[in-house]
Amino acid sequence: MATHELAAHAAHAHAAPQGFIRKYIFSLDHKVIGLQYFFLALVAVFTGIFLSLLMRIHLIWPTASLPFFGEIKPETYLSLLTMHGTIMVFFVLTTAPQGGFGNYFLPIQIGAPDMAFPVLNMLSFWTTFLGFIVLVAAFFVTGGAPLHGWTGYAPLSALPSAGPGEGLGADLWIISIAIFCIGALMGALNFITTTLDMRAKGMTLMRMPLTCWAWFVTAILGLLAFGVLLSAGILLLMDRNLGTSFFVPLVTVNGVLTGHKGGSPLLWQHLFWFFGHPEVYIAILPAMGLCSQLLSVFSRKPIFGYKAMVYAILAIGFLGFMVWGHHMFMSGMSPYTAFAFSIMTMGIGVPSAIKTFNWLGTMWRGKIRFSSPMLFAIGFVSLFVVGGISGPFLAQPVLDIYLHETYFVIAHFHLIMGVASIFGIFAATYYWFPKMFGRMMNETLAKTHFWVTFVGAYAIFMPMHYYGMAGGLRRYSQGTEVAWIHKLAPIQQFITFAAFITIAGQFIFLFNLFWSMKKGEKAADNPWEATTLEWITATPPPHDNFGGITPVVHHGPYEYSVPGAPRDFVMQTDAPVAPKH
Amino acid sequence: MASFSTTATLDEPQVSRGNEGGAPPIFGGGDDGRAGRGLPDYPTRLRRARLGLLVALTPVLMLFVSFTSAYVVRQGLPTVDPRTNQLVRDWIPVKLPGLLWVNTLVLLLSSVGMELARRQMKVRAAAVTTRQMGQVPVSAERKAPWLAITIALGLSFLLGQWMAWKRLGASGFYVATTPSSSFVYLLTGAHAVHLMGGVVALLVAGLFVLLRRPVTTRSIVVDVAGWYWHFMAALWVYILCLLEFAR
Repeated sequence: MATHELAAHAAHAHAAPQGFIRKYIFSLDHKVIGLQYFFLALVAVFTGIFLSLLMRIHLIWPTASLPFFGEIKPETYLSLLTMHGTIMVFFVLTTAPQGGFGNYFLPIQIGAPDMAFPVLNMLSFWTTFLGFIVLVAAFFVTGGAPLHGWTGYAPLSALPSAGPGEGLGADLWIISIAIFCIGALMGALNFITTTLDMRAKGMTLMRMPLTCWAWFVTAILGLLAFGVLLSAGILLLMDRNLGTSFFVPLVTVNGVLTGHKGGSPLLWQHLFWFFGHPEVYIAILPAMGLCSQLLSVFSRKPIFGYKAMVYAILAIGFLGFMVWGHHMFMSGMSPYTAFAFSIMTMGIGVPSAIKTFNWLGTMWRGKIRFSSPMLFAIGFVSLFVVGGISGPFLAQPVLDIYLHETYFVIAHFHLIMGVASIFGIFAATYYWFPKMFGRMMNETLAKTHFWVTFVGAYAIFMPMHYYGMAGGLRRYSQGTEVAWIHKLAPIQQFITFAAFITIAGQFIFLFNLFWSMKKGEKAADNPWEATTLEWITATPPPHDNFGGITPVVHHGPYEYSVPGAPRDFVMQTDAPVAPKH
Repeated sequence: MASFSTTATLDEPQVSRGNEGGAPPIFGGGDDGRAGRGLPDYPTRLRRARLGLLVALTPVLMLFVSFTSAYVVRQGLPTVDPRTNQLVRDWIPVKLPGLLWVNTLVLLLSSVGMELARRQMKVRAAAVTTRQMGQVPVSAERKAPWLAITIALGLSFLLGQWMAWKRLGASGFYVATTPSSSFVYLLTGAHAVHLMGGVVALLVAGLFVLLRRPVTTRSIVVDVAGWYWHFMAALWVYILCLLEFAR
């Protein structure tokens, strides 16, 4: 028997749309918008993977002529590098975890019928989509895509005459980033307002799932960081098109004075990295929240140290704004400044270690169910530890000056920011697919996908650390002309072949995703026996999320294996515990 | 993590249905459930819109903080003179047109008009909601066109800024003449773009009158636009002080 708390409920803020256009294209429903973000990120990630594939091929066969592409020239390699980084950072790592899963599940997990501002939510997606189109358009204009890397360092990025791709292609790149910033800001506004103002009865802040905390703090980071990137982009556009000198010093291109003077390339770096480092956490915090969730669900144990996890998320978010200078140790900054940034950077290790310890504590003596979401969550922890451990190395200015221009840095940030976050996205997909599409994904294919990706990621990025320590320089399109790098060629070959296999493995995921949408086993409403609010509603959720019902929350999000309970989990909406007399 | 008593049965999720009254949940509270679900009432919508605005102003603030940071850094940087190979300063202070002070006065007056429009609309919304509750309506029908006056003053400010740009150009300071003039155009331009957003919001509020949208909806639009407008006025005073006193 269940007792029913009674509360008022009104009609959904906007009625369920009927036509195809309003239902699937310009939808105001956060769930549809979440899926739109998800599929945009899916297109973006395979675009980014394809670009990395071209780069890997070029690195080991620099003179090979590829079908449709011919021989990849060094400047084309730099374009590929720029676009790969930009697409992956902005349109995958920022878009999927926050825009995709956050949009879909934040309102449901806090018991709200939708986001606070549905129209703004729709606009944020279409703005992001426009940003992606503008970015990809850079490939097709005269000169092609820009060469300046995803960090867009001036003066290279500020001078249209600096190289092919630095003309219209670079303008499109900057405009794309600016558009993306506006879309991300609209999204962040919605996430924060929704979290603060639309939680269901009983859903106090300290009863929110850690996923919601992660999305909330990520939104705050975005709110503070993207405005700064936008400002930098405006200044850069002015330097390029209006002749100002914010970032460009007195400089010549091909022996000709450019007409600029007095600008500071370091000013760009400061503004960019003030955004850029929090961006790392924008990418990974949602994955941290999700994996905390999954480790608890699949270990059938409460999360170890819920409050500590919340404070660690907040601490990581706060410290994330204090460390941007560690990307600039090479710039000749004062040793005292470098020391301060170094200490702050290592300080982030403390909340990160708290999280790692708590993840292990959560699994310790748990009744672990090794389902595919759990495998990816454990994989995330593994990658987070291995990718993160090289962070304190690079936080030392003396070591960073040696390693900064090498593949060691590439290996570090790909593991911690790229692959770990991607594992979070995979875990989220396998975990929430039943709720989103009403069917289960094929578990055998999912586990195959996990092992190929997990082993493949290590096969690619562990040798890359060694390659970097041995002096392998990044951004070089060819290592064949430099004697000591040439000796390291077998490592590059191994990495490329590992990349081939790992990329091939992603098609298992792609097949499983679309096949399961049609042919997967029908999913129950709560197939994982989890406690949070998305699992009390129908699968897939109705338009207003709870079918005219107002959830009332009485429990925390991680009440598993509670002594005396009739089953090993207590839903957040289960009846409150009556006081003992 | 949680203590548990077996006195509760846990067969199905506990939810609320319909508008049947009932006591609040035992453990509910704190910041729970203020908003409720569905189309919320006027105070809830107003609070949510204000919260949204507060959040939205944060990146605007960050944008101008970032510009200010760039301003301070760039002001202190020397450059190399290619003829003498010596380090020189290329920051030539710009004498701001006096018109900017007139524009400031216009904007501050518009802010006063905006506040009167906001309060007027709020009183009317309160009157409507009171009437809906079956109580004695508050007389709030005194109509002064504060909204239209604010829009007119706002547009006058923008026109004045355009004229100030013209005067700057006439005195030889264009956007790329010197870094200080670059910042003058940048900061005034960025502020003008944001103020245009406020004008659009006010025009939308005016359009709502023509479309006979509910007074409460109009009140929310005007309220949020009002606070945004005040922020823009304060921001302009800050920008003017920066450009005038930190030349």
